[in-house]
Amino acid sequence: MRATVLVRPKPGILDPQGQAVESSLRHLGFAVAEARVGKLVELEVEIDDAAEARVQLERMCEQLLANPLIESYEIELRDDA
Amino acid sequence: MSGDPERPLVAVACFPGSNDDRDAVSALERVGADARRVWHDEPELPEGTAAVVLPGGFSYGDYLRCGAIARFSPIMRAVTAFAGDGGLVLGICNGFQILTEAGVLPGVLRANESLNFVCRDVRVRVEEADTAFTSRCADGQDLTIPVKHGEGCWFAGEELLAELEANGQIVLRYAPGENPNGAVDDVAGVRNATGNVFGLMPHPEHAVDLLLGSADGALILGSLVDAARLSSAALV
Repeated sequence: MRATVLVRPKPGILDPQGQAVESSLRHLGFAVAEARVGKLVELEVEIDDAAEARVQLERMCEQLLANPLIESYEIELRDDA
Repeated sequence: MSGDPERPLVAVACFPGSNDDRDAVSALERVGADARRVWHDEPELPEGTAAVVLPGGFSYGDYLRCGAIARFSPIMRAVTAFAGDGGLVLGICNGFQILTEAGVLPGVLRANESLNFVCRDVRVRVEEADTAFTSRCADGQDLTIPVKHGEGCWFAGEELLAELEANGQIVLRYAPGENPNGAVDDVAGVRNATGNVFGLMPHPEHAVDLLLGSADGALILGSLVDAARLSSAALV
């Protein structure tokens, strides 16, 4: 199965990268009130069962892909087979 | 075992991308340690290790998050177990990042507020002199030690911060007006609850001789070696 994991800075956590992007977009003339920058991880997991894949992906996020102190994550799963 | 009981064995863990390991060894030797580099894929620390230093650098290219990958190195399993048994562990810069990612030290290190890499001397204040890492300092003493990092903005939520403050775990703060990275409450270095693990963003190993601008870093490394000597003697 293929999965996309989105990792975001938690609300209220200062995101200087997002602020720099926001400011640059404003300089370009775009009406942007806020930008937040996170990460996107694309994975191909060797598990056929969607429920099991989701359990494994949750673990991946907790153990490595996100730092729960400052980041939240969202998992999108799809079966391309 | 270490050959000379007066020179406690300090293991300096090296990861792919560490770049301050040699400076750390040299500085530790200078303040009285028998310091040895240990490669990251070693499953065990050398026999007789009295303290561990995790040096600065860019372990594993700082991929994903600084320190996030290094924490899974075989040597880190040994270091975490060593720390769990009360062993002395000092994390400098990237070493500090690894220890927070491993959950051994509280908080997290994020991109500097300015988004700039900062490389300069800073003044830091010793908030707690009664630790294994600051015993050669006095409470409130200012030390001049360089920082060089892009991701040194220490962060903890209000609740955790209050808890650390109450437990005396905030060992070092940037002096007023000196905060180079936007760290919450000017925190430059924290220890764990049991006091045997300490991490800081400034580089004491780069400040052990006046020729380098300051010898204040030797107070921190010297304190560690003093404590290592005691724990080493207790082992015999």
